Amino acid sequence: MQHVAVYLRVLGTFARNSLIRNMMFRANFLVECLSSITWTLMNLGFYLLIFRYTQSIGAGTGWGQWEFFAFLATTMLINSLVQTLFMPNCEDISDLIRTGGLDFALLKPIDTQFLISLEKIDWSSLANFFAGLVLLGVSLVQMATRPHDPLVLHAWMVLLYPFYVLCGVAMLYSLMISLSATSIWLGQNRSLYDFWFYITNFSRYPMEIYQGRWGTPLRRFCTFIVPVLLVVNVPARIIARPVAPHGETVWPLAALALVATVVSLLVSRWIFLAALRSYRSASS
Amino acid sequence: MARMHRRSRENLGLETLLVMTTLPARLQTWWTILRIALAERLVYRGDFALGTLMRFLPIVTQIFLWFAVFQARGQPTLAGYSYQDFVAYYLLTMLARAFSSMPGLASGIAAQIRSGEIKKFLIQPVDLLGFLLLCRVAHKLAYYSVAALPFALVFFLCRDYFPGWPDAVTLAAGVASLVLAFLLGFFLEAAMGLIGFWWLEVSSLLFVYMLLSFFLSGHMFPLDMLPGRWQTAVHLTPLMYLAYFPAAVLLGKVQGLALAQGLAIQAGWVLGMIALARWLWARGTRHYSAFGG
Repeated sequence: MQHVAVYLRVLGTFARNSLIRNMMFRANFLVECLSSITWTLMNLGFYLLIFRYTQSIGAGTGWGQWEFFAFLATTMLINSLVQTLFMPNCEDISDLIRTGGLDFALLKPIDTQFLISLEKIDWSSLANFFAGLVLLGVSLVQMATRPHDPLVLHAWMVLLYPFYVLCGVAMLYSLMISLSATSIWLGQNRSLYDFWFYITNFSRYPMEIYQGRWGTPLRRFCTFIVPVLLVVNVPARIIARPVAPHGETVWPLAALALVATVVSLLVSRWIFLAALRSYRSASS
Repeated sequence: MARMHRRSRENLGLETLLVMTTLPARLQTWWTILRIALAERLVYRGDFALGTLMRFLPIVTQIFLWFAVFQARGQPTLAGYSYQDFVAYYLLTMLARAFSSMPGLASGIAAQIRSGEIKKFLIQPVDLLGFLLLCRVAHKLAYYSVAALPFALVFFLCRDYFPGWPDAVTLAAGVASLVLAFLLGFFLEAAMGLIGFWWLEVSSLLFVYMLLSFFLSGHMFPLDMLPGRWQTAVHLTPLMYLAYFPAAVLLGKVQGLALAQGLAIQAGWVLGMIALARWLWARGTRHYSAFGG
């Protein structure tokens, strides 16, 4: 227990230091917040345009405009948390390895993965988190107050939603740290980093859109092998569409997401430790 | 970018730079610049080819998304585009953007102004815009020579989505609009970089540009989908000629008088941007006060 307290205190120090660093350039901080929100608004505009032409994403999937906007809000919440907590750190890992800076991290009396995953926190990315909360609120109110087939929010939905959002963050983090750790073997991970961007791209839409000769294998791959499709789909289904129009409930997928979260955390931990073992200091 | 320019220029040697007054000598300089830049770009050909294939991945999601939209609509066309047209449109805008996108150009120019490196161009008899244009041409040639394979592969795999080979006129017009898109992209970004003479840092300007081109260049969706008032607004900017127009031409969506008109307007924008970039360069060098060492 004391162990946990120490780690929490270190995390608090990381957060405070990062906030101080962010606040040194306050105008820049504000501009960054504004620009990430503008991007989000642009994306929202694109989907508004799509819903001028269709009632839902996919026939009979139940992803109407407000359901999809709740889905989008979930994407924003998860991505902004990953960007706030882990992105600035994982970006630096390949540099740490190339310059030999990892030596300093290894010498510190704290878990190396913890240290290099959380040292920097990018507070400005939280702007999108709040934008996501607003969008989620608006979507839920719209769905709950519509005359036809209104959404009924149960206590379990409200409780499970944040939990599965955190599961999604954990899965994305596992993927990210695994890809970064491979740069210990490869020296450079430029295209791997692009790969991360492209693969999370698949998580941005309801999984029902992946169907047909190519879509079904792709959906299975992104559900069971690299579980990026579970990241947003499970929490979004829980809050916005717990039961599909054709009667399918969210529970099997939710159970799978739980397993996937645990497995990906363990696998990424194993990859990270294995990569560390073959680290040879690079500088001098 | 900046490092590449510096290296190329050192390789050029002073002799070449001094003998520049006659046309053959000038041509030879251009050829040298082109060759050096080409050789430099080809160093990273493996990364290039893989990166190009990767760049098609986001399109895969878009294609599935539009399939779901068409399925839910239950109608064969959307804003005049069939589902097949959508797939073809996305692939063709990828091609158009391979011509018109200029990664690092504007920020590179602004960085050279800020660091003071730009003053080389004030002393040496090499024109900045001409030099950068040649570097870009070489960059693009190297890129196409490597990217042609992944592009051909993807287009071949998706051949059923295309309405077939366009006729000679459409093809010629399409190629012309691609070349014009390259020139437009170059001079537009160069002009933005040259604003750095006044602002020093242009990243906020570039951000606005990126934001606008996200929506108005048409690489996210065919611009025909936009409601009426937006359509008019879009047709007033040069951005649609960077992605939408070449793709629509190659798809055969623009024909006859509209095609000739469109090409003329595109060429007009290119000339306008050349003039703007030249003017900014002339004014900027007078305004310039040589920061940095």
